[in-house]
Parts: sequence; structure tokens; C-alpha cells
Amino acid sequence: MTAELAQADGHIRRGRIVTLIGLVSLAALYVMALQFTPPERFQGLAQKIFYIHPPAAYAMQLAFVLTGISSVLYLLIKDVRFDRFAEASAEVGMVLAVIVVITGPIWGKPVWGAWWSWDPRLTFTVLEMLVFGGYFALRSAVRDPVERARYAAVVGCMALILVPFNHMTVYLFASQHPTPVVVQTDKPDLPWVMLRTFLTGFAVFTVLYLGMVMQRYGIGVKRDLREALDA
Amino acid sequence: MSAVRAAWAIARKDLRIEWRSRTALLTASLFAILVQLVIVFGRDGGTVSLTMLAPSVLWITIALSSLVALNRAFLLEREHGALEGILVAPVNRSAIFWGKWFANLVFVLAVIAIAFPLWVLFFNVEPSTTLFGVLGLGVLGAIGFTAVGTVFSAMTVRTRFAELLLPVLMLPFMLPPVFFAAQATLRVLSNRPMEELWGWLRLLALFDVVFLVLATLLFPAVVDE
Repeated sequence: MTAELAQADGHIRRGRIVTLIGLVSLAALYVMALQFTPPERFQGLAQKIFYIHPPAAYAMQLAFVLTGISSVLYLLIKDVRFDRFAEASAEVGMVLAVIVVITGPIWGKPVWGAWWSWDPRLTFTVLEMLVFGGYFALRSAVRDPVERARYAAVVGCMALILVPFNHMTVYLFASQHPTPVVVQTDKPDLPWVMLRTFLTGFAVFTVLYLGMVMQRYGIGVKRDLREALDA
Repeated sequence: MSAVRAAWAIARKDLRIEWRSRTALLTASLFAILVQLVIVFGRDGGTVSLTMLAPSVLWITIALSSLVALNRAFLLEREHGALEGILVAPVNRSAIFWGKWFANLVFVLAVIAIAFPLWVLFFNVEPSTTLFGVLGLGVLGAIGFTAVGTVFSAMTVRTRFAELLLPVLMLPFMLPPVFFAAQATLRVLSNRPMEELWGWLRLLALFDVVFLVLATLLFPAVVDE
């Protein structure tokens, strides 16, 4: 038990270091985006949020898909580590989703003229948040750890399969309404100075995701240990 | 005992219990009528016409009353350890799922069948043969989400907050089929050509097949100790 506890502390400590690296790189990304990347001609400063918003959205999707895959693996192999990872990844995914849902409207207001416009991607993020909101509600309602892991894995699998359906739903839903501004999304024709910053954003958010998941995983191990003691 | 026969036996048992008391059917149907009234009274009568709202109301009603119906799916089994009894029977877990699912589907369809004529009446829907098409959409829509609901309700019934948890878990999974079906309903009611409908029907069918298969695969993981 003490060995496991030390291991959990190790996860948390390493996670903290990785998160710290991520946060420092995030600060560097801000400087890079504001100081060393030229403003976009039409959107001006509002466009700067694009060095944060899509990377956060990508990391969120990564987190939720990995939760799904980890849930499938848990049901197949029944190794508690997959459950802990699924839980950690889902929780970090929620944090990233909140970042997406906050930064989206901040950009939408000056550019589209409305805080919320049922834009497909933003709507998709909200749908994913609601699916995983249910996932956490279920987790917190089940006391037995083994049963909780099983139930959560079942919802995780379902959520993974729901992703393509939600994609279809939000795009078809958006096409029912005229969008405020036609946004060209299929070809990112960015000059290199902007693309450089944009790609750095993706790297930064990957590091942040990893750091936070490592910490949350360690916390999960500790929680399991305490539950085992209480039982 | 073959899987199909086992499933049929379970479905028949559930439906017979429902039919004997009819409390659940009556309650769910009353609920379905009340949902429609809430929408009628919640709308601005001066600007929003009932006909315009009709397709949305139908699917809001179906979604919410299905939740009420699914909530009770495993309540029957919780009492006196009935589920354990079924689980020790030498039948396939998937057969148990199919039985429970089929009973739930029939129950949801019964609620729709009762709410439907009232919807036609309340929302001034033109009575014609196209209404059979709308009912068909009801069946097509319900197949998929009752499959998801059967799995979820088997889980939530064993938690402390069953009645609260099921809607929260279920509704995100109902949004795609409800959206597809409402779009299709809109087109059926306005007599649009079949080509416009086809895509929505395919999406609904895809949802049904995918989640029915997935639910069959996942259900054993829910009930196995």
C-alpha cells in the first residue's frame, strides 16, 4: 500500500512538472501570438484567440476520444488503470471544453456580432460536455468501485460512438439556418508566421493535457487506496 | 431455450405485468398529454401558430415521455431480487437485453399511440394518410433510443438517484435521433418529395442499427457481477 501511495505521489509530482512546462509554454505562446505574429487584416486582434481556441478544442476531443478508447479497453481487460485513465482524461476534457466554450463567444461577439450563434463546433462542444456531465453524475452516484468502473466504461463506450452522430447533428442543424457570416473552413491558407504560432498552440495544449491527466491519474490512485481502506 | 424464445419470454412477462396494472401506461400517457399542454400554454399565442410548432412538439413529447417510461424498465426487477433470478437462468445475457428492450419499445410505442391522436387534435394537424408516415417515424426513432435507455436504466436503477440520473444520461443520446426525426416529420407533414426525406431516414436507421448492436454488446457488462 505504501509503495502504491509513493507511486501515486510520483504520478502527481511528474504531472505537476509537465503542467508547469505547459503553463510556461502557454505564457510564451501568448507573447508569440501578441508580439511576434502580425494581426489579421479583417478580424484584427479578435483573431488572436485562434491561437488558443482551436488547440483547446483539439485537446478536448483528444481527451474524450481517449476516454472512450480507455473505456473499451477496461471492459475487455478489466484493468483498473484503464478506468482511472478514462476518468482522468474525461475530467481534463471537461476543463478544456470549458476553455473552448468561453473563448468561442469572446471571438464570436466582435466577428459574428453575437455571443452565441449555434455554430456547429461550439454546439458540438456543448453536446460533448453534456454527455460527460452525465458520465460524472453516474460516477458520483455509484459507491462500489468495481461497479462504478464498469458503468462508467459502458457510458464511455456509448459516448465514443455518439461522437460521429453529434458531428452530423451539429453540421446538419447549422445548415438549417443561415449563419451570420460565411466562414471559410476547408482550407487553412495561413502565412507561415501565423501557422507557426497556431501549431505551437497545439503542442502547448498537448503538453497541458498530459500534465493534467498525469496529476489527475495520481489523485485517482489515491482515492482508490482510501476507498480500499474504508471498505 | 433459444435466445429468441428467452427474449420473447422476458418481453411477454414485462408486458403482461404492465398490462395487468396499467398504472405505468396511464401515468406515462397523462405525462405525454401534459407536456403538450405545457408547450401550448408556454407559447405566445399571438405570434406562434400551433401548426408551426407541431413537429417539434411531437418529438419533445416523445422524448420526455419515453424517459418516464424507461425509468420504470428495471424497477420491476429491483424488487425481491428479481433481476438476480433472471440472471441465474441459463439464458444468454443478450437475450435478456433483447427481451427488456422489446418490452420497453412496445411500451414507448403504446404511449406514442395514445399521445398521437391528441397531438393531431391539439395542434390542428391535417388528418390524412401521411400521418401513418409520421407514426412510422415514431417507430424508427424509438428503436435506437430505447436500446440506449434500456442499458442506462439497468445501471441507474441500482444507484441512489435513478429518476434523476436517467434523463441526464439519456437526453444527450436522444438529441441526434430526435433531431433527425423532427426534420423528417417536418418534411412528411409538408408533403415534400421523397428525395428530401431519404437522407434523414437513413440517418435514423443508422442510429438505430449502431446503438442496438452496441447496447447488445454492452448490456452483459452492466448486469454481470
